[in-house]
Amino acid sequence: MRQRLDMEKRSVWLQGLLYTVLVLYAVITLIPFLWALSASFKPLAEIISGSMNLIPRQFTFENYRQIFTQEPLFLRWLFNSVVIALSVTLLNLIFNSMAGYALARLRFRGRQFWFFLILAVLAVPSQVTLIPTFLILKSLGWLNSYQGMIVPAMINATFIFMMRQFFLNFPRELEEAAALDGLDRFKTFLYIVLPLAKPALAAQAIFVFMGSWNNFLLPVVILFDPEMFTLPLGLNTFKGQYISYWNYIMAASMVFTLPVLLLYAFFNRYFIQGVTFTGGKG
Amino acid sequence: MLSRKALPRTTQQHPRSTLNETATGYLFIAPTLLVLGIFTVLPIFLAIFLSLHRVQLLGEINYEFVGLRNFARLAEDGRVWIALKNTAEYVAIVVPTQTILALLLAVTLNAGIKGQRWWRIIYFLPTVTSSAVLTLIFMWIYNTNGLLNYGLNWIGLPTYNWLGDPAVALKGIMLMNIWSTAPFYMVIYLAALQDLPLSLYEAAAIDGANAWQRFFSITLPLLKPVTFFVVAMGIIGTFQLFDQAYIFSNGSGGPNNATLTVVLLIYQYVFRDLQMGYAAAIAFLLAMVIIVLTLIQRQMFGKEER
Repeated sequence: MRQRLDMEKRSVWLQGLLYTVLVLYAVITLIPFLWALSASFKPLAEIISGSMNLIPRQFTFENYRQIFTQEPLFLRWLFNSVVIALSVTLLNLIFNSMAGYALARLRFRGRQFWFFLILAVLAVPSQVTLIPTFLILKSLGWLNSYQGMIVPAMINATFIFMMRQFFLNFPRELEEAAALDGLDRFKTFLYIVLPLAKPALAAQAIFVFMGSWNNFLLPVVILFDPEMFTLPLGLNTFKGQYISYWNYIMAASMVFTLPVLLLYAFFNRYFIQGVTFTGGKG
Repeated sequence: MLSRKALPRTTQQHPRSTLNETATGYLFIAPTLLVLGIFTVLPIFLAIFLSLHRVQLLGEINYEFVGLRNFARLAEDGRVWIALKNTAEYVAIVVPTQTILALLLAVTLNAGIKGQRWWRIIYFLPTVTSSAVLTLIFMWIYNTNGLLNYGLNWIGLPTYNWLGDPAVALKGIMLMNIWSTAPFYMVIYLAALQDLPLSLYEAAAIDGANAWQRFFSITLPLLKPVTFFVVAMGIIGTFQLFDQAYIFSNGSGGPNNATLTVVLLIYQYVFRDLQMGYAAAIAFLLAMVIIVLTLIQRQMFGKEER
């Protein structure tokens, strides 16, 4: 392999340089997180005193207790975020796969037109549609609601395109065997095709979940009742309310980040795969 | 990215009646068409309509046709130019920096080091973390008595009021975003690097090309399509800067308009000044800028992107 070829020729100091660069950049990456994590376990006094110790002198869970028990809306925001992100993810998985499958595999009139329409939609900058989307949600009476956050986000043209590419390369024999066994298209799709598409679905699920979980612009625009806020919005008002209570703000930030980190660590393999799917290798 | 596979010329006929197939096809794409129609296609037409009207939002909504007056107003609006200038400056600095950094990291990671997977996990962390959390963490680090100033002071560099000084506020956001998005593009480069044809490198090595020569005459040219993709995505992403500027400045774009971006300005015109028609015109201006830049970039990179 190329790596080995390089290895033989590489002098020891070059190897050393490589690892130095890697370690340095890893430190640059990790410091903000470790710093925030450490602050979330420090009492405010220790933070204000300006000491720069990474390990808390006075380790405390008080900040976490405080945000969960004294901030009545925090759990609600967490709940809202979970409900919205899970629903959006589930619906995307179903609808994007269905559309991708139809565009790749079913022969029907108008198929190419719809395919090009979806591709065209990919190119429209989202700012253009933001204000009208707000007006449409308003006239549907969906402002400040779960469905307002979920329905516009329940399909994603990028992933329809990705699923289509995936299904194009999918072995046809299995479906034909299923058809001979008397399964109709929908059952074939549900019981034969989808289970075999797991890696593509996993990559998609992670991206969609994180996109929804971390989304800021849409909630800022359509949610105005603090009860309906998702975590990013909640966190932002939290900042306003506890302007210099960095201990609480950091604890809340950590609670917000944890689910995504777990998901990411758990599905890391699919994640990288997903990036390369979208990575312009066509 | 349209691949050649996009439209298969020959496709087997599935052994089924076409009518049945058509019905199934439409059943399968019905949810997509419905959502796409209501939340993308309809909004595009509505946006055109809005941009040609003055929208009265208080009480009953009514629309007064004003022709192109919203667009004419763009030229005289000082805040539009400030927002465009800030955004352009941001794009001009962030996109090249994050692209070069991403390439550098990818090449380093691809050089046959141990534990590649673990490095990737660490490096990717900022990309998966929400912009809201990252902004809060960085606001805290940027604090006058914060970690960054402490570090700068320690190595003998000048310190700044990162949050309050108009001269550096946008730089703070730039720094943070380069840090958080470069790893994403790094992974894309990494995937491409692992696909490069080994034979070319072997031939070059036999011809006596050193590592630098191989990088500049083989790797870089072969990575051109990926670089096109990374730069295009970078431009689109950076032009849409909103979350960080909004959280940083509490939605004001301050201090002294230093963090006012185009999307933040659109937001302000809709929800503060209630001028939807005019805001729609700004959105079109932004869309035009993005589209034109992407086209220019495509020209610059030549036609080899398939």
